[in-house]
Amino acid sequence: MTVIAIMVVLFLGGIIAWLSEAWNKDWPKWVAVGTCVIAGVVLLPLVYQADSLIAFSDADSSTWIELYEYPWIPRFGIHILFGLDGLSLLMVGLTIFLGFVAVVSSWDEIEKSPGFFQFNILWTLAGVVGVFTSLDMFLFFFFWEVMLIPMYLLIAIWGHENRSYASMKFFLFTQLSGLVMLIAILVLVILNGADSGVLTFNYFELMKHQLSPDVSYWIMWGFFVAFVVKLPGFPFHSWLPDAHTQAPTAASVLLAGILLKTGAYGLLRFTIPLFPEAALQIANIAMTLGVIGIIYGAMLAFAQTDFKRLVAYSSISHMGFVLVGLYAWNELSIQGSVIQMVAHGLSTAALFMTAGAIQHRLHTRDTRDMGGLWHDMPRMGAVAMFFMVASLGMPGLGNFVGEILVLFGTFKVNPPIAVAASIGLITGAVYALIAMQRVFQGERKLTRNLRDFGVREMTAMIPLMILLIFLGVYPQPIFDLISPALSNLYSTSVNQIPWVGGLK
Amino acid sequence: MNLDVYLLLPLISLSTVILTLMMLIAFCRNLSLTCAFSSIGLMVTLLLICAMAIDIQAAQTASLVDALVTPLIIVDAYALFFSGLMVFSSLCICLLSFNYHRARGEHQDEFYLLLLLATLGGVVLSQAAHFAMFILGLELLGVSIYAMISYPRAGRFSLEAALKYLILSGVSSAIILFGIALLYAAFGTLSFAEMAVLQRENSELDALYILAGSAMLLSGLAFKLSLAPFHMWTPDVYEGAPAPVTTLLATVSKGAIFAVLFRFFLSVDNYQYETILDGLFLLAVASIIFGNLLALAQSSIKRMLAYSSIAHLGYLLVAFIAADSVGGRALAIEASAIFLLAYFLTTIGAFGVVTVMSTEASDHDVDRLDEYEGLFWRRPMLATVFSVMLLSLAGIPLTAGFIGKFYIVVSGVDAELWSLLVIVVIGSGIGIFYYLRTIFAMTKRTMVTSVVHVPQTAGWTLAAVTLLLLVFGIYPTPVIEWVSRMAQAMT
Repeated sequence: MTVIAIMVVLFLGGIIAWLSEAWNKDWPKWVAVGTCVIAGVVLLPLVYQADSLIAFSDADSSTWIELYEYPWIPRFGIHILFGLDGLSLLMVGLTIFLGFVAVVSSWDEIEKSPGFFQFNILWTLAGVVGVFTSLDMFLFFFFWEVMLIPMYLLIAIWGHENRSYASMKFFLFTQLSGLVMLIAILVLVILNGADSGVLTFNYFELMKHQLSPDVSYWIMWGFFVAFVVKLPGFPFHSWLPDAHTQAPTAASVLLAGILLKTGAYGLLRFTIPLFPEAALQIANIAMTLGVIGIIYGAMLAFAQTDFKRLVAYSSISHMGFVLVGLYAWNELSIQGSVIQMVAHGLSTAALFMTAGAIQHRLHTRDTRDMGGLWHDMPRMGAVAMFFMVASLGMPGLGNFVGEILVLFGTFKVNPPIAVAASIGLITGAVYALIAMQRVFQGERKLTRNLRDFGVREMTAMIPLMILLIFLGVYPQPIFDLISPALSNLYSTSVNQIPWVGGLK
Repeated sequence: MNLDVYLLLPLISLSTVILTLMMLIAFCRNLSLTCAFSSIGLMVTLLLICAMAIDIQAAQTASLVDALVTPLIIVDAYALFFSGLMVFSSLCICLLSFNYHRARGEHQDEFYLLLLLATLGGVVLSQAAHFAMFILGLELLGVSIYAMISYPRAGRFSLEAALKYLILSGVSSAIILFGIALLYAAFGTLSFAEMAVLQRENSELDALYILAGSAMLLSGLAFKLSLAPFHMWTPDVYEGAPAPVTTLLATVSKGAIFAVLFRFFLSVDNYQYETILDGLFLLAVASIIFGNLLALAQSSIKRMLAYSSIAHLGYLLVAFIAADSVGGRALAIEASAIFLLAYFLTTIGAFGVVTVMSTEASDHDVDRLDEYEGLFWRRPMLATVFSVMLLSLAGIPLTAGFIGKFYIVVSGVDAELWSLLVIVVIGSGIGIFYYLRTIFAMTKRTMVTSVVHVPQTAGWTLAAVTLLLLVFGIYPTPVIEWVSRMAQAMT
């Protein structure tokens, strides 16, 4: 019930936040913070359950901490089927945590309709929690679309100067690719139903499908495109810089921190396990796209003069590692991808908050107008330095663990790809350090008094820093949490076909 | 009670309401009374239909032969479903338009009479089993609509729209009649059931007559359904007609005609003619593409909704074509019924908002996009309702529109209509653009300060429609179960 409880808390919290606006403009944000805290508290007991599950995982093959099913639309075999394993738990935890951070980060940024703003934030979170826990394809698609609308509204209403274009582009890309996925889901379900005589959207049942390689190859593309658009992978990335740049800080944090992860999660949970053979066929294409994303994203990030755009392109570069790791498909590289997802979520969220804070103070995102900000805002400078260094992959911080595992794993499968991907570590250092230099060091271009990070901002930043260090120094608890789920995903697909270079 | 009388109850009740209302208006002109009386009459009819719908399905008498009342009328689950839809939407129009008409003063009572007559036409069409009944329903519906479009005597646009609709609709009726004559020449009967028997058993039918007749029937009805390339009148008439009449045109008129066309095709099995299937395919593609593309260029909400309804009828045709395969026929019937239900709810809601917005603008309808700018900050609830309707048109989950679109795609996949599905995806993509543009306009912060007053009756009706739309979008199971049993019984 925990998953449903969390979603109910978030949905209700959103409505209460909206209504509370009528009494006091300050209440919505407190309601939103309270909602995130309550959701976190509800989730907490599961972490302990997860421990016990791991302890017994050898005896019992089930990797699910929670699993429940209610009929929804029996006509099509559609159920409300939620399942939570270590992977989902980690992603849900990240979602709620970053939700909290996002609310805190936009504490006094929102002046118009704060209630509706927090409503959209909380509903986005609820939709994302649904995506991370749905195991019925219809339910999954349902949440996949539900999370878009509040995010669209966040960009369209509270975005910056070019919000109309950006929000439209964001919605069109994700919605169209979603439709392609819907058709792919339906083809899978109906063909599977024709074979087995039972229409079902159940993930576990669909795993047993016996479709011909040709058919599954095409269906797989439908899923692949939808998830890679969201990731975003190389040819489909162009919505991301616009959306991120125009979005208000909190929405950027949610977009980079968790919405992008839904794409990677979808590949990991659905595309590859459902169609292992077809996924193998395109593994090289996918990894190549990942590498192109890594290098191309880094190059474009280097060329940006808009601070938010720079961070956005760096996201494309980092998510390229996730794509490479997933399609290398061995335990090492998948674990690396998951760690990279979490670490990127944390570090990029922090960078977007910094960018938002700078824009809030300077009313510009143009790095050419900045310079020497460290002088006025040493705390902000130090924080930005920390996260920039984290994002360039400094050992000891979370991103390094993710990237290095991906590279190790990939090397066993496809050395040229691994070599090419590792270029990303160098280019990452180049754009991150250049950005630091342009913004925080050098000559002071503004002599205005700028307010440094205060207590509120630091309360949001310090947990992020601690988590990143923790991930970088002692990632073992995370591995313990996710590895039963990952090896389950891995072994079910590897049992069907021997993957090249699979490590077991 | 005699079974025939029982089955005719909806028609009887509706006709009684109309006659009584006529007398009522003759003796006592009072708009509130007229509106209340017609609403209650419609409500009673709707309840009757619902009771019968449950009854009929429980009794398993939904098959085609059992429910024939006289050779002309058939009252099966399918007919009841569509009759219910017609009555429901005209009930909503009745309630939504009350304040609209009251603000326009003068003699508005006859409007409700015409509305009821049009509804009667719609119900007759959805229960027609014979071309005589079909023509009766078609003309009853058409003639009432001419009068309703031109109801605001002062408006220039409404007169223009009425004239356009009168002429084009007259021409299409003539084409339909000629098509029916050709079909009669081939079959020697006007009854759907007898035609079906002949089609199945008699191989000596002259296929040319049937083809030509069906083609003329189809193109005439495509006019009324505003399928591209027969859609030219739609935007002008939608724009010129008063908003409540536009709602009627978009829902009752199209739904009833689709219902009877679909019934004709299913019972006579016109799907065996490749040429007709090709024609349907072209109609669907043209409607989806032109409807969506032209909607992009509109700055008037009513015109945009007009083009969007052309596109939606195109989506509906996907299910219509999917009924080609005998195995998937039940699913296709189910899909069209569910899609139409969602389309009705959404269209009523969307035009309902336009009606409410126009209540106080006594000489024109408020439908320019810029008049909706900043509505979120002026009337948050109204803007939210409109956004929900637009999202439903775009087929986003949580709304009925999603269930409708889901069904269309399911029936398309089931019948393996890949090229049509690609067109549907492209069309939906274009569609999202203009729906979102409207939502975006409402979120703008502008200087427009004109206060929109939301009248009580219309406001509550809108709220109820929105609630229904969301409930249906989230938990459609009861409706789906009823409709799927209806569809099973049809095949």
